Amino acid sequence: MSELNSKIPEGSIGEKWDKHKFNIRLVNPANKRKYTIIVVGTGLAGAAAAASLAELGYNVKAFTFHDSPRRAHSIAAQGGINAAKNYQNDGDSVYRLFYDTVKGGDYRSREGNVHRLAQVSVNIIDQCVAQGVPFAREYGGMLDNRSFGGALVSRTFYAKGQTGQQLLLGAYSALSRQVATGKVEMFTRTEMLDIVKIDGKAKGIITRNLVTGEIESHAGHAVLLCTGGYSNVFFLSTNAMACNATAAWRAHKKGAYFANPCYTQIHPTCIPVSGDHQSKLTLMSESLRNDGRVWVPRNPEDKNKKPSEIAEKDRFYYLEEKYPTFGNLVPRDVASRNAKYVCDEGLGVGATGKAVYLDFRDAIKRDGQSRVADKYGNLFDMYKQITHEDPYKVPMKIYPAPHYTMGGLWVDYNLMTNVDGLYALGEANFSDHGANRLGASALMQGLADGYFVAPYTVGDFLATQPYKTEDTSHQAFTQAKQEIEARIKKVMSINGKQTPDEIHKKLGRIMWEYCGMSRNAEGLKLARVEVQKLREEFWNDVKVVGTENQLNAELEKALRIADFLELGELMILDAHNRNESCGGHFREEYEINGEAKRDDENYSYVAAWEFPKNSTGEMMTGDPVLHKEELVFENVKLTQRSYK
Amino acid sequence: MAEQHNSYKIKVWRQANANAKGGFKNYKLDGVSTDMSFLEMIDMLNETLVRKGEDPISFDHDCREGICGACSMYINGHPHGMLEGVTTCQLHMRSFPNNTTITIEPWRAAAFPVIKDLTVNRSAFDRIIQSGGYVSVNTGNARDANEMPIPKEIADEAFEAAACIGCGACVAACKNASAMLFVSAKVSQLALLPQGKAEAQKRAENMVAQMDEEGFGSCTNTGACSAECPKLIGQEHIARLNREYLTAKAGSDFVK
Repeated sequence: MSELNSKIPEGSIGEKWDKHKFNIRLVNPANKRKYTIIVVGTGLAGAAAAASLAELGYNVKAFTFHDSPRRAHSIAAQGGINAAKNYQNDGDSVYRLFYDTVKGGDYRSREGNVHRLAQVSVNIIDQCVAQGVPFAREYGGMLDNRSFGGALVSRTFYAKGQTGQQLLLGAYSALSRQVATGKVEMFTRTEMLDIVKIDGKAKGIITRNLVTGEIESHAGHAVLLCTGGYSNVFFLSTNAMACNATAAWRAHKKGAYFANPCYTQIHPTCIPVSGDHQSKLTLMSESLRNDGRVWVPRNPEDKNKKPSEIAEKDRFYYLEEKYPTFGNLVPRDVASRNAKYVCDEGLGVGATGKAVYLDFRDAIKRDGQSRVADKYGNLFDMYKQITHEDPYKVPMKIYPAPHYTMGGLWVDYNLMTNVDGLYALGEANFSDHGANRLGASALMQGLADGYFVAPYTVGDFLATQPYKTEDTSHQAFTQAKQEIEARIKKVMSINGKQTPDEIHKKLGRIMWEYCGMSRNAEGLKLARVEVQKLREEFWNDVKVVGTENQLNAELEKALRIADFLELGELMILDAHNRNESCGGHFREEYEINGEAKRDDENYSYVAAWEFPKNSTGEMMTGDPVLHKEELVFENVKLTQRSYK
Repeated sequence: MAEQHNSYKIKVWRQANANAKGGFKNYKLDGVSTDMSFLEMIDMLNETLVRKGEDPISFDHDCREGICGACSMYINGHPHGMLEGVTTCQLHMRSFPNNTTITIEPWRAAAFPVIKDLTVNRSAFDRIIQSGGYVSVNTGNARDANEMPIPKEIADEAFEAAACIGCGACVAACKNASAMLFVSAKVSQLALLPQGKAEAQKRAENMVAQMDEEGFGSCTNTGACSAECPKLIGQEHIARLNREYLTAKAGSDFVK
């Protein structure tokens, strides 16, 4: 396959999804039970899809590497979920959410997908409330909203600072109900290590039972990857420890294109790095910017003073000064970049000078401590527990950290990759956020894909497929299984000197230095060689203790890192290829007064990469092939993004 | 408090697999930063074990933000350690005095068998939720979210119950290894909300029946579960579960 067909339906933007739903082929309810769908991952996208497809009558096999589907990292999302309900009567609409999201993504997403997302956003809130998700409410009993970055309306629904938890537990409850009916077969502590293709179609997966080490095969009529993003390529990120790119990367190696890998989101408000021992970074929700004010001392000599001793006139509220319209609620990419600028200028605070203040003094004075605690209590507690400082008394110190990846497997409007029968949902795909995701949009997208998109579009594909499908005795399964067993044997046998974590940290340092918040051609060239060298190191010097026939966390880590070491190179190549700045991808050569300078004429396309054709053996060699999907803007006018 | 580097004796339960005989093993660990989280201290210990070619200590963990509920260590006699309202992953080494012994055990309950070292099998919790911890509403069924007002006090109380992270500390804390707090949190959340009312009694019955079948012990209202719960889920939810359950027993056709 060379031409990418995004399959965006004809018609005006408001009609596309409705028309498409009508044109979709249906499967007779009695025949749905003749199909088996494999769902990998049980976060918002996976649990929602598995539950909804089972409700329709399909057989679903759901997989998670966790001990329970409820542990997926969607659970850690704090601030909220957007929906164009306009309950606040502040001028919101489906079109406005669509517009904000396309603009927020710096005009690098597909209009058709984004409009559908905005449309179904309203159904998500209804569905979640019906499941018993306890969203925050006002005294009159109506749902409460707050604001998030990149929007001038209040459209974010929330449950304290634990919105992701409540939404995931809602999806988990729907999934559990289907497990009880027998329509979903649930596999926990089971990690997908490869997909199986027969005659060009995805027909199943190879998994490892993490407790016994057994390599198993599972066949189905379609495979849905709902496996999240790849921020852990940086080692230090706000992702959970086990988040990884293996499922997506193995699919990529089997032919699925990987789109826009360089679009990574560096979240502006995270607790700064404190030392080498650190295993992960902790996010402080963007919702805090509703009430917290971001500042640094205006004079470098004030850096070591207590914040309370710095007079109002000596405080540089740089976001409020530079962006009076959006103030502290500028989008994440803009907030992160500006934090970096002030720290690079020597105005950063804290022991490392790599932090800015997020100050609640004025909000506490205005609303009282108890009102602030009511909104953000759990976040303040978490901050205090980690830093040993009380944010009710002193401002939080924050700094940007890798948080989300907009890039992912290329999918068409139906969320199908270029491999027939292979789908990617949620953060695992690339389609809705362009080059920068707005806050409270990840939960929206995961649930939109899982509850309201895939249940329709997967049926459209299955309607064309015969009931009878190859079972796991097919030679393609045995071969894939043998390959995985050989790969594991190889990793176990190296017996070198470096632990998987040591190599992962090295990779993280390269990626953060050269492919992090700002990038340049020179550095990217260097980084590619460094990553290639590190990959060699891994395959010659990694040390994995224990055996493959037991619970072995070191082996799990090593297999994931092996894939990160290839994905990292692709991110670098993509960043090097894209000679413009847009959203989270900031190339130092392309800027205009410190803002991202896009090149719409030459780069208004999705970069979909094909795994190097001539690559042999375990390691990626050679150059991947670039396929371009031109982005068409019929509704939103491309302009220099302004939040001033 | 400025960063310090401390030394500890770590006394930890090692058990190769579910069928093996386990036992405590002692390790000495120096240079532990007081800024480290408890799990980062275990990471550090594990890295030294791996470099020596030894099997690292197995433990469940993931988000390290206190919300996924994976981490599950019994530290110095308390699930998730001695701090109130804190999970193991949010515990920091500044809370442990220099040159002391830290004892770490897995959750101990018949319904949570050890898989390896500190990793236990908590799938019984999933099966309890599968027995009724949901509102039976298919995707697409829902009416407008604001059609039914829910008083803020009710929504807030439901939220307090729904904050349960399913870690199992309540079971580990209980002398009878009862799962009443876990079950009550879900029953209570859904019984409070109008959406959950239709199935409230049946839910209470089925979930209690599943809890018993999994081999969890009886509740004697000691309250250790709430005292040790990292999300501070209170005893009032157990009271509400009892109420729902007794009403169901007295008046429903679903009695088993």
